[in-house]
Amino acid sequence: MSFEQILFYVFSSFLVLSAGAVVTLRNPVHSALALVLAFFNSAALWMMLEAEFLAITLVLVYVGAVMVLFLFVVMMLDINIARMREGFAQLLPIGIVVAVLMFGVMYQVYNGDRFAPGDMPVPTPHAADYENTRELGLQLYTTYVFPFELAAVVLLLAIVAAIALTLRRREGTKYQAPEKQVVTRREDRVRLVKVPSEARK
Amino acid sequence: MDLTLTSFAPAMPEMFLLGMLSLVLVVDLFLTERTRHITYILSLLSLAGTFWLVLDGYPRLPELAFHGSYINDPMAALLKLFMLLAVMVVLVYSKEYIKQRDMYKGEFYLLVLFATLGMLVLASAHTLLTVYMGLELLSLSMYAMVALRRDNVDASEAAMKYFVLGAMASAMLLYGMSLVYGATGTLDFALMGEAAAKLPTNDVTMLFGIIFMLVGVAFKLGAVPFHMWVPDVYHGAPTAVTLFISSAPKLAAFAMLMRIFVDGLGELHQQWQGILIVMALLSFGLGNLVAIAQTNLKRMLAYSGISHIGFLLLGVLSGTSEGYAASLYYAITYVVMSLGGFGMILLLSRAGFEADKLDDLKGLNDRSPWFALMMMMLMFSMAGVPPFLGFWAKLAVIQAAVGVGLVWLAIAAVVFSVVGAFYYLRIIKLMYFDKPESDAPIESSADLRILLSANSLAVVGLGLFPSSLLAICSASIG
Repeated sequence: MSFEQILFYVFSSFLVLSAGAVVTLRNPVHSALALVLAFFNSAALWMMLEAEFLAITLVLVYVGAVMVLFLFVVMMLDINIARMREGFAQLLPIGIVVAVLMFGVMYQVYNGDRFAPGDMPVPTPHAADYENTRELGLQLYTTYVFPFELAAVVLLLAIVAAIALTLRRREGTKYQAPEKQVVTRREDRVRLVKVPSEARK
Repeated sequence: MDLTLTSFAPAMPEMFLLGMLSLVLVVDLFLTERTRHITYILSLLSLAGTFWLVLDGYPRLPELAFHGSYINDPMAALLKLFMLLAVMVVLVYSKEYIKQRDMYKGEFYLLVLFATLGMLVLASAHTLLTVYMGLELLSLSMYAMVALRRDNVDASEAAMKYFVLGAMASAMLLYGMSLVYGATGTLDFALMGEAAAKLPTNDVTMLFGIIFMLVGVAFKLGAVPFHMWVPDVYHGAPTAVTLFISSAPKLAAFAMLMRIFVDGLGELHQQWQGILIVMALLSFGLGNLVAIAQTNLKRMLAYSGISHIGFLLLGVLSGTSEGYAASLYYAITYVVMSLGGFGMILLLSRAGFEADKLDDLKGLNDRSPWFALMMMMLMFSMAGVPPFLGFWAKLAVIQAAVGVGLVWLAIAAVVFSVVGAFYYLRIIKLMYFDKPESDAPIESSADLRILLSANSLAVVGLGLFPSSLLAICSASIG
C-alpha cells in the first residue's frame, strides 16, 4: 500500500466517521463542529486529487464563513432536543424507505453502463509545477467568460431584487444621525450652571 | 488564446444594455419621486439603443462569440428586435398604472432591464450553460416584479407560487442538462447534435435528459400540464407586470425551446416529437375549455395564452423549417395580441380600480366607440378570424402540422380554436350589446391611447399583408 493510499484511507475514514457524528451527536454544537471536521477531510481529499483551488475554497467558504454562521445560529437558538426526537419512531419507516431508494439509485448508477467508475478515464497525475488554480482561472476568464460574467449580473440582480422587496422606510423609526452627532459643539449640549453655595445650617 | 475585440463584437447589444442598466442603477439613486421620469426615459433610451445595435449588427450568417457560448444568427436578431419592441411598449403602457399603485420606483425599471438582458442572452444562447444563466436572469427578475407590491395579498401569493414552482422547474431543467451533458459530453449545441447522433436510439440517459429539460421549458412556456402557475400569476400580479410576463418572455421561452431542441437536439427529433404532441393537444384543449368558465379578464387571457402556446408547439413539433418559421411567426403574433389585450385592461384601469372583470367591459361601445373597435379587432385576431393577424399565424402552424402528416392533430387544433371563439366573441357581445355598469370616463394619457391604437391597428395591418412578416420569419430560420 502506497503512502498516498494510506492517506486516502485515513482521510476518508475520518470523513465517514465525522459525517456519522453529525447526525448522531446529541449536542447541536458538537454536530456543527463534526461537520467542520468533515469539510476539512473532504478538502484534504480534493487536495489529493490535485484540485487545490476547490479544497481551499471549501475551507474558506464553508468552514470559514458558512459554518461560523451556523454555529452562531445554533448557539443563539434554544433547540429542544427532546422535542426533535419525538417523532423518531413514526418517521423511521419513511426514513428507511428513502434510504433504501437512495442506495438503490446509487447502486444503479455505480453499476450502470455510463457512469460506472470503469467507464471514466483514469486521471493522469500532473507534474509538480502544475497549478489547478491557474488552469481554472484560464478556463473561467477565456472559454467561460460569458457565463461567468452573467453569473456576476445575476448576483447584482439578486442584490437589487432583495433590496427592492425588503427596504422600506417606516414612519416613526428611531435612528442615529452620525452627521449631526459629529458637528455638535459643547455649547449645545452642556450648560454650566452656577450654583451658589449655601451656608450649612 | 484569441481574445481580440472582434470576438466580442457580436454581443454588442447585450454589453450596451448591461452598461446602460448600471448607469440607470446609479442615476436612479439621486432621483426623487418628482424626477423619476428620468429613469423612465433612460430605460426607454437604453432599449432603443439596444434595438439600434441589434439592427445594425443584423447578421446574414450565424456568428459565434465568446468561444461558442454566444451565437448571433438571424433568428436571434429577429427575436431580439421584437423582444425590445415589446418591452418598450410595456414601459409606455404601464407608466400611469404603476404611478397610481406606488410602484413608480427605479427598481421596477431596473428589473425590467435585467429581465430584458436575460431574454437577449437566451435568444443568443449557444451552450446549455448560457441558456441556464439567461433563464435565471429572466426568471429572478420576474419573481421580484410579481412581488413588488408586497402589501397586496394576491400579488404576494402569486409571487410565492411563481417562485416555488419556477425554482422546481429550473431544478428539473438543470437535472436534464446534467444528464444530457453526461450522455453527450458537451455543453455546446453545435457539438451536441453530433454526439447525440452517435448514441444508440432510445438511450435511457438521453431520454431522461430530454424529458427533464422539456419539463423545464414547458413550465416557462406555460404549456399543459405545467401551466398551473399561469392563471394565478397573471391574475395576482399587478396588471403592468402581467403585461410584461405575457409578452416578451414568451419569445424568450420560444427561443429556449428552439435553441435546446432544434439547435442542440434536432437529431433526436423523433424522441421529443411525441411529448410535444401531447403537450400541444392538452394545451389548446384545456386552455380553450377552461377559459370559457372564467369571469376575470386576466384569468381568461391567461388560459387563452395557454391555448396559444399549444398552437405555437404545433409548428415546432412538425420538425421542418417551415414549421419552425410558422412557430416563430406565431410567437411574435401572440406577443402583439397579448400586449394589446392586457394594454386594454391598463387603459380602462384607474387609481383604485382594476378593470380586470369581464363585466367591466360591458357597454364599452357607449363609453368609447374607438377603443371598443380596437378591442374587437384584438379579440377577432386572438380567435383566429380572417383577415386579422391571428388567423394567418394559426393557418401557418396548422399547415406545418398537416405538412408532416399530423392531420388528426390539425383537425383537433381547428376544433378547439372554434371552441375558443366562444369566449372571445362573448367579450364583443359584452362590449356592444350590454349596458355599461358605470359611466366613468376613461382616464388615460395620450401616449397610452396612441400606442394602444397603433398596436391594435398593427393586428389589422399585419393581417392584411401577412406575407411580409412570414417571409422574414422564414428567412430567419433558414
